Amino acid sequence: MHMVELRKELLRIAEMVPASARVLDVGCGQGELIEFLTRTKSADARGIELSQVGVNACVAKGLPVIQGDADTDLRDYPAQSFDVAILSQTIQATHKPADVLHQLLRIGKTVIVSFPNFGFWRVRLRLCFAGRMPKTGLLSHDWHDTPNIHLCTIADFVALTRQIGATIERSLAVDESGDVRDLAQPGYWDNLTAESAIFLLKRGPCLPTPA
Amino acid sequence: MSSTFQPYSAMSNAAGEEAGQSYTFPPDQALVLDSGDRLAPLTLAWKTFGTLNVQRSNAFLLCHALTGDQYAAGTNPHTGKPGWWASMVGPGLPIDTNRFFVICANVVGGCMGSSGPHETAAATGMPFGLNFPVITIRDMVRAQGMLIDHLKIDSLFCVAGGSMGGMQVLEWAANYPARVFSALPIATAAKHSAQNIAFHEVGRQAIMADPEWGDGDYITKGTNPRKGLAVARMAAHITYLSEAALHRKFGRSLQDREAVSYRFDADFQVESYLRHQGSSFVERFDANSYLYITRAMDYFDLAADHGGVLANAFRKTPTRFCLVSFTSDWLFPTVESKKIVHALNAAGANVSFVEFETDRGHDAFLLDLPEMFQTLRGFIDAAAQARGLAAKA
Repeated sequence: MHMVELRKELLRIAEMVPASARVLDVGCGQGELIEFLTRTKSADARGIELSQVGVNACVAKGLPVIQGDADTDLRDYPAQSFDVAILSQTIQATHKPADVLHQLLRIGKTVIVSFPNFGFWRVRLRLCFAGRMPKTGLLSHDWHDTPNIHLCTIADFVALTRQIGATIERSLAVDESGDVRDLAQPGYWDNLTAESAIFLLKRGPCLPTPA
Repeated sequence: MSSTFQPYSAMSNAAGEEAGQSYTFPPDQALVLDSGDRLAPLTLAWKTFGTLNVQRSNAFLLCHALTGDQYAAGTNPHTGKPGWWASMVGPGLPIDTNRFFVICANVVGGCMGSSGPHETAAATGMPFGLNFPVITIRDMVRAQGMLIDHLKIDSLFCVAGGSMGGMQVLEWAANYPARVFSALPIATAAKHSAQNIAFHEVGRQAIMADPEWGDGDYITKGTNPRKGLAVARMAAHITYLSEAALHRKFGRSLQDREAVSYRFDADFQVESYLRHQGSSFVERFDANSYLYITRAMDYFDLAADHGGVLANAFRKTPTRFCLVSFTSDWLFPTVESKKIVHALNAAGANVSFVEFETDRGHDAFLLDLPEMFQTLRGFIDAAAQARGLAAKA
């Protein structure tokens, strides 16, 4: 992964988190965001991480992180128990992205999701003209060795939010240099130029409670 | 056969070790037990390491496992060996005695100086034997609560323990949330499983099948069910290891011989090892204590005490938790720790959970696992910082 881009992206995510918020970072890796939010926003930030290496690193740093799986372990959390639930560069690695998103919207009063955009022009070019599975900075794995099993484009993600009845409060496009711009309404051009995207979601008015 | 097991009261101040402390509560301060019985007078034996600070805020309670004792650190005067958690507790170690006031008490029902079946009943002047009341994990914790009161400590910085010690940690957090700033339940479960009860029953039956047990009256009769207790220990010891660890350590290697003997000697190294485990255990443990303490573990079911919902045990808990499990622990497998984590999440608790990769089985928590030390040090340091305890000198 591009550490510089990732750091910039995490900074953008952190900016969306209000001070002293209760935060759950799902797929928190080595805990960089949790640490940052705790330090700079006095947040009560916790994490779930699948990899043992990541969890050990977090707990050794004194961060409240549990080993767990976004696909199975989110249902244990009570409804609306966090101000912000964050899923950063993780949704594409879950087995049931729609269910995970549902659970996050149940647990968090707001939800921040970031993901690599499969509609990015470099991805399209590689598939179109090289005829090979795309490999980019954010999607650096070989097809047979990738944890990313549910890739989507910005347009796909917007469609999913409609389908599950989530409201898009804010959307941001992140370009290759890590620069971020606000999108009023994510459109064709954004879907082509954004390497990844960040969405701030809320539960829609008629979102059914997931089972 | 005479007993080589010595009661705490007969202990000399061996090996220059600082003598343990012991206190008998006034008879009007009875330990009220879950069974409805009252135990009075209650005697507790404990050891401390480090110094209590002026604010009395750095007390760190260790809860020992089934066959543990108060000798967590330093040298155990009974065995001459390092204490059961000497790799974890001491100056500069993760549970840093330069920084924390570490307390470890022998559980009620134990045989290292606290009230137990081995001790003399005040009413009769005879050893309790099976007249000792059946105790529970919560009774052990209540007794520790009385000790903490006696030491004039309002709130503990941390309560930590593995296996049965972890059960006590959970009871502490559930019953005295305001007195537990942080909790470290390691390789434990919120209830004892059917399989674990079954193993305990094998051990108890082995003891009770030994003619020298004499209906629990062996002290008066001058006998000692050494064979029964040794078999109980041998069976239990297997459950503390793993197939992989046994294979790595012993495989099918033979003990001091070139070929099998076609007899029932300890041909295999693993047999010899287990026999040694059994025979050394009876030197330091009381058979009736083994019955009582295994019973206490069997009865443990924290959710059942809270309306069947484990999360109810931790509602609105202010305690910071860190749970630890080990991949090869089949006695208290990771799934049991995860159930506790789920309940803590449902209760909105501040919880960390780590599973360590090791082939050393349940006993891994007592062993030298650098990765575990590093992680626990991180948790403890962060909690100490949150508690406002000064960094290490």
